[in-house]
Amino acid sequence: MRNFVKFCSRRRNWSLPYVLFMAVFVVMPLVLIMLYAFQAKDGGFSLENFERFINQPEAANTFIYSIGIALITTIICLILGYPAAYILSRLRPSLASLVVMLFILPMWINVLVRTLATVALFDFMRLPLGEGALIFGMVYNFLPFMIYPIYNVLQKMDHSLIEAAEDLGATPRQVFTRVVFPLSMPGIVSGVMMVFMPTISTFAIAELLTMNNIKLFGTTIQENINNGMWHYGAALSLIMLIIIGITTLFTDSSEEGANEGLL
Amino acid sequence: MAESNHIIEIRHITKNFPDKVVLDDVSLSVKKGEFLTILGPSGCGKTTLLRLLAGFNSASSGEILIGGEQMTGIPPHLRPVNTVFQRYALFPNYNVYDNIAFGLKLQKVDKREIEQRVKRALKMVGMTDYEHRDVQSLSGGQQQRVAIARAIVNRPQVLLLDEPLAALDLKMRKDMQMELKEMHRTLGITFVYVTHDQEEALTLSDTIVVMNEGKIQQIGTPTDIYNEPCNAFVADFIGESNILNATMVRDRVVRFMDKEFECVDEGFGENVPVDVVVRPEDVYIIRNAEAAMFHGVVRSCIFKGVHYEMFVDTPDGYEIQIQDYNAFEPGQEVGMLIKPADIHVMRKERTENSVPGTMVDATHVEILGEQFECSAVEGINGGDEVDVKFDFTAVELTDDPDDGVSWGTIRFILYKGDRYHLTVRTDEGENIYVDTHDVWEDLDEVGIKIVPTALRIAKRADK
Repeated sequence: MRNFVKFCSRRRNWSLPYVLFMAVFVVMPLVLIMLYAFQAKDGGFSLENFERFINQPEAANTFIYSIGIALITTIICLILGYPAAYILSRLRPSLASLVVMLFILPMWINVLVRTLATVALFDFMRLPLGEGALIFGMVYNFLPFMIYPIYNVLQKMDHSLIEAAEDLGATPRQVFTRVVFPLSMPGIVSGVMMVFMPTISTFAIAELLTMNNIKLFGTTIQENINNGMWHYGAALSLIMLIIIGITTLFTDSSEEGANEGLL
Repeated sequence: MAESNHIIEIRHITKNFPDKVVLDDVSLSVKKGEFLTILGPSGCGKTTLLRLLAGFNSASSGEILIGGEQMTGIPPHLRPVNTVFQRYALFPNYNVYDNIAFGLKLQKVDKREIEQRVKRALKMVGMTDYEHRDVQSLSGGQQQRVAIARAIVNRPQVLLLDEPLAALDLKMRKDMQMELKEMHRTLGITFVYVTHDQEEALTLSDTIVVMNEGKIQQIGTPTDIYNEPCNAFVADFIGESNILNATMVRDRVVRFMDKEFECVDEGFGENVPVDVVVRPEDVYIIRNAEAAMFHGVVRSCIFKGVHYEMFVDTPDGYEIQIQDYNAFEPGQEVGMLIKPADIHVMRKERTENSVPGTMVDATHVEILGEQFECSAVEGINGGDEVDVKFDFTAVELTDDPDDGVSWGTIRFILYKGDRYHLTVRTDEGENIYVDTHDVWEDLDEVGIKIVPTALRIAKRADK
């Protein structure tokens, strides 16, 4: 009994439930993905799943197409999000927090509900579902993730830097290109990461907004696993994880303060 | 033109923010090559005035000319001035070299020339070989040097400095003061310097502009400002001083602490209430009470490095601050002497409170946004517009929330040897002045009561 009390009083041990949870639901699945990906159907070690990905154009094409869609979504989010964040950062603080609130409000509703509503909206306006609707849906869903980190960086920016640039002879445009934009890079990097990474693996939005006509990489993985092709599905997941991992590493090294924008 | 040697002309500048007047009809001219300091307590409008010169804010009315040209509507990037900011404002995304070259690159100056000028600027601020350093790795003093280099490299007509040394420690501040003065001499450009540090202002400036509550109090050389302060605010703000209520008996004779003193001031009239200023170093303190003009008992004596600072209580209740090289023990009887030339007489800005009001009924008058009791006055009826006057001593301040009739905040405290002279800003935005023996703190919230019989009410003359 005394040992139990002692065990409980050590603060370090309080994390055990969480560690257990992580081990079962995060680490184990990752290990399983690794194991499955490098196994042939008969259970022996093999690279055949990866060979199949390279040799079978269908999955590889979907993969490249998904990255393309994710890129387009990210770029549109950036083009729409940056000016929005910039204008927001110029508003009176009380007004700005209200508008930020309005941007975030839709996030409280489940993504599927929002996407179904988008489908209904397109139907109502007699617009065709398909690639355009897909990109619209993605941008609509992920735009706040771009605006918020950029807004955060811009809003915290020392206003005297802008005045210093004006004072040294910079026109409003030069103030933006030489001071404001470079200094908002951490926010942009955060925003890009928060939009690009999840968009690669979305599948629900794609299925609903294209009536299953366009397949994204997430859908391919889901189909394979649903059809019992666990080994191939695992290999595809691993490929996606590696790509996302590489993007993260790349952005981390290029911009040390990338996470500054998040909070 | 007669003004040709004036690089800056500020004419009747007023600046209103939504809830207050920050600058109230300020006029000022700055000579070419001058080191001018705008000095005042925080919130006096000095930084706003500098920002109007730089173009970051625009005035509500009035005009500013720099180098003979109208600056109204001219944005900051087109003005021939550069600013050194209090918190440096260096661009963290550029290194030292690119920070300094920022302005020159925008002007499309030749690359070779940029390099030369940046090097020269760095040498001037004593930062040679720091070109490639990351600005955030520099200390506060080094960052401020880079900020100064970044401003002077553009050869502006006027260099504006907004409390540039306020964030540095004392030793560094002293060194930088000397360097700034040297830089001003070598560069020959006009410096407009804003500070709340009177010592800094006295050390650096050719001309000091003392400001308070959005108004210029006095303009003059450091010696003028120190020796001949024009009012009690300036005397109190610049250096240490004994400020006392006095009466000018006749030319060259002034009466304070119930004694007549010989002085050198003339032209005030006879029996006119005035303020006198005596600097602590101008009061001579001696052991022998016989030869003294007045005497007292030492209350405290503190060693200040070069001199001792003593407070002496006189028998009639005045407290005199004295600086002397000799120490006198607390409790010791001493005598004091003041030379006629060291007594500085100033006209009083005011001798009583005067506020507009409205008569409510025979025994109540509305002033300062509330109804105050008063004695009935013949010929004045309810509803009449009136002027109400009352003495500084007629006001009673209280911190009991149920007791005060009107409320205000203490904005300025002036010690007058035997009493405090307080400026109280009422919640309605009017200033009233109070003499009291009670100790209050700056920005204390106080309730205001006025002795009913002390209110002197007169019908307002129609305009």
